[in-house]
Amino acid sequence: MPATEMTTEAMADARRNMEICNGCRYCEGFCAVFPAMQRRREFSGADLDHLANLCHGCQGCFHACQYAPPHPWGINVPQAFAVVRAESYAAHAWPKPMGQVFARNGTLVSLLTAIAVTLVLALAGILQSGDVMLATHTGPGAFFAVIPYGVMVWTASAAFLYALLALAMATASYWRASGGKARPIHIARAIHDAMTLKNLGGGGDGCNYPGEGFSHVRRWLHHAMAYGFLLCFAATSVATIFHHGLGWIAPYSPISLPVLLGTIGGILMLIGTTGLLWLKVLADPAPLARAVLGGEYAMLILLASVAKTGLLLLLLRATPLMGWLLALHLGFVLALFLALPYSKFVHGLFRTAALIRDHGER
Amino acid sequence: MVDLTRTYDVLVIGGGNAAVCAAVTAREAGATVLLLEHAPKHFRGGNSRHTRNFRGMHTAPTKVLTGAYLEDEYWDDLNRVTGGHTDEALARMTIRVSAEMTPWMEACGVRFQPALSGTLSLSRTNAFFLGGGKALLNAYYATAARLGVDILYDAEVTHLHVDDGFVRSADITYRGFPATVTARCVVAASGGFQANLDWMRKYWGDAVDNFVIRGTPYAKGRVLRDLLDQGVAPIGDPTQFHAVALDARSPQFDGGISTRLDSVPFSIVVNRDGQRFYDEGEDVWPKRYAIWGRLIAQQPGQIAYSICDAKAFELFMPSVYPALKADSIAELAHKMGLDVATVEKTVADYNAAVQPGRFDSSGLDECRTEGITPPKTHWARRIEEGPFYGYPLRPGITFTYLGVKVNENARVLMADGKPSANLFASGEIMAGNILGRGYLAGFGMTIGTVFGRIAGREAARHARN
Repeated sequence: MPATEMTTEAMADARRNMEICNGCRYCEGFCAVFPAMQRRREFSGADLDHLANLCHGCQGCFHACQYAPPHPWGINVPQAFAVVRAESYAAHAWPKPMGQVFARNGTLVSLLTAIAVTLVLALAGILQSGDVMLATHTGPGAFFAVIPYGVMVWTASAAFLYALLALAMATASYWRASGGKARPIHIARAIHDAMTLKNLGGGGDGCNYPGEGFSHVRRWLHHAMAYGFLLCFAATSVATIFHHGLGWIAPYSPISLPVLLGTIGGILMLIGTTGLLWLKVLADPAPLARAVLGGEYAMLILLASVAKTGLLLLLLRATPLMGWLLALHLGFVLALFLALPYSKFVHGLFRTAALIRDHGER
Repeated sequence: MVDLTRTYDVLVIGGGNAAVCAAVTAREAGATVLLLEHAPKHFRGGNSRHTRNFRGMHTAPTKVLTGAYLEDEYWDDLNRVTGGHTDEALARMTIRVSAEMTPWMEACGVRFQPALSGTLSLSRTNAFFLGGGKALLNAYYATAARLGVDILYDAEVTHLHVDDGFVRSADITYRGFPATVTARCVVAASGGFQANLDWMRKYWGDAVDNFVIRGTPYAKGRVLRDLLDQGVAPIGDPTQFHAVALDARSPQFDGGISTRLDSVPFSIVVNRDGQRFYDEGEDVWPKRYAIWGRLIAQQPGQIAYSICDAKAFELFMPSVYPALKADSIAELAHKMGLDVATVEKTVADYNAAVQPGRFDSSGLDECRTEGITPPKTHWARRIEEGPFYGYPLRPGITFTYLGVKVNENARVLMADGKPSANLFASGEIMAGNILGRGYLAGFGMTIGTVFGRIAGREAARHARN
């Protein structure tokens, strides 16, 4: 470890955990973290960042640990790594000062949501006449009668492109610092592991959620949420092609591709986020890190709100409620885009990077 | 809500592997079962919490074991390590039954790692629990609870009322309050007495203050003592225990596997006086680690120091406690609190005795000494390349050999040779019948599982007749 390297309290605790774990090694069958640990004798800050991001928080090692609290050694790898992970999100945030928001991430995401939703609703109320907001609009261009096409697309695009840029910069910074090396095959294997959540498999029977027993429920709920999110994203992309490529103007029929993708995606997201929230409530608090829970709850609730308002909009789009619902939905979507680079969402990219590095060093 | 006033079919004393196997088996057979674990829930499971694998006979590769491991080879291994301190009929029965155990264990939710390769090289003989012994216990406790076994933690059995080989009742302390429990049959699965330092002191004097107890602090041997005092036949040498060398900085209890130190074959080991006392390179470490506890226990102050140089440092597993590190032998000796001149001379004499030869860390090699006593017969290389590393070592006690005598039905035998009417035993408390000396990796769990199953089955059968 270079003498100049900054060591946080969380990192010191994670290092202590790893040094004891490396003398035991009973958990080697659970996930990628322990074989990666066994390749090392010492743990630099970059190593700990890597191992922490490789950890999926399945908690198998906690429940199996002969040194878990109240043993004086108090080994709690999922908890120690959750804090180190959050610190790594902060350390690599772009632009750099934004890293501070990870310290109170629940507050940030909630505030951002409140501001974005209020802003969109207020602007709609101020700039659009009450008659238009409360009228029933149908047929092509109905949405744009409420919120003009240019405003909607430019705002959303700007927010989304900013999120992409910030996420890309953060991930690149993380990858450079980790010192990982990889060939395309390692990337392919890592993407496979990420897409299947292989490391939430706990060696076959799933992870320890919500308690000591094994279950795949968390893995399936995460799949529902993540793939639901991707389907919604696909719906937006298809709609963009419809609009610009084919000149077909939204709203589309319930059996059109964008609406089908969005509906299925929205339902999956709603199931996934609600289920994950419920699991968090039920979960054994011992292996969890309180400091990061706020941000995780906030992000799940935000995603659930996007899905819920989207589905409601679909259901009620031929009614006078459509105007305000559209504004509300777009408010949540805007908040989501703005929050992406400064939220739990980062874990998907950092973890994939860690998986790539892991495959590279096997 | 557990009702302590009812009469259970089977009372199981203890909370480790042997106890839960007995409790689950008895419950599966239809008996009502109460299990009393002395430890609080977090520390349940006795020494099983620190275990990792199960040695199983098998005639063909299984999901969790490679190759084949047949009765005769298994028996040969056991006979060799015990030096004949075993009972061949009981041992062979245990070995044969071990072949049937893993499917039942899996049905109880125990999960195994896929057959291991790598440093442990035990994948042919031993099935490894995914996550280790605590994960195994979690599975058994969940199964026991699901089946309706009544389980009490913080429940210590203080006395069994034994009347002519018949157990009438048990005095217990539950969460600090006394109570009495009655049951038709009793399974004693409460382990050895290695955590009872006063008892150990009888044989080892004040040296026990320098012993590290690797496992549970709850193995006080209270039930064992109580039974032996009431005419139960003893088995095994009361003065003997299984001990390994481990880091002297380990906690006095419950340090488990992580405190082990594998540096000895690639080091020289000196005692408090700075003198070597045994051939560090006698055999590969898996065959020798278990004698070093005893060797150190016999040294002045029950302490020793392993010394190696930079080229040896990465040949053994990393240690939990950092090595003492120095640029010279003198500095290292000073850090270890040893006489500098003596250690320097010991190292110099050793270095001068090292013969040229091909070094191979993975097997018995040609590197040995000539002309010093004791010799180092393998992996002897000059200690000359700084930085130099040292570890203080102490004896780490795993378990004791003294137990109660049992027959093939796990029934406890009285001193006059008659079987008890309703008392059975499984696990460490009777392991001395089969493993009277030495150790075979994973065999303690095999005895516990096999005899736990037998004791549970027999107790349930007897109680319901």
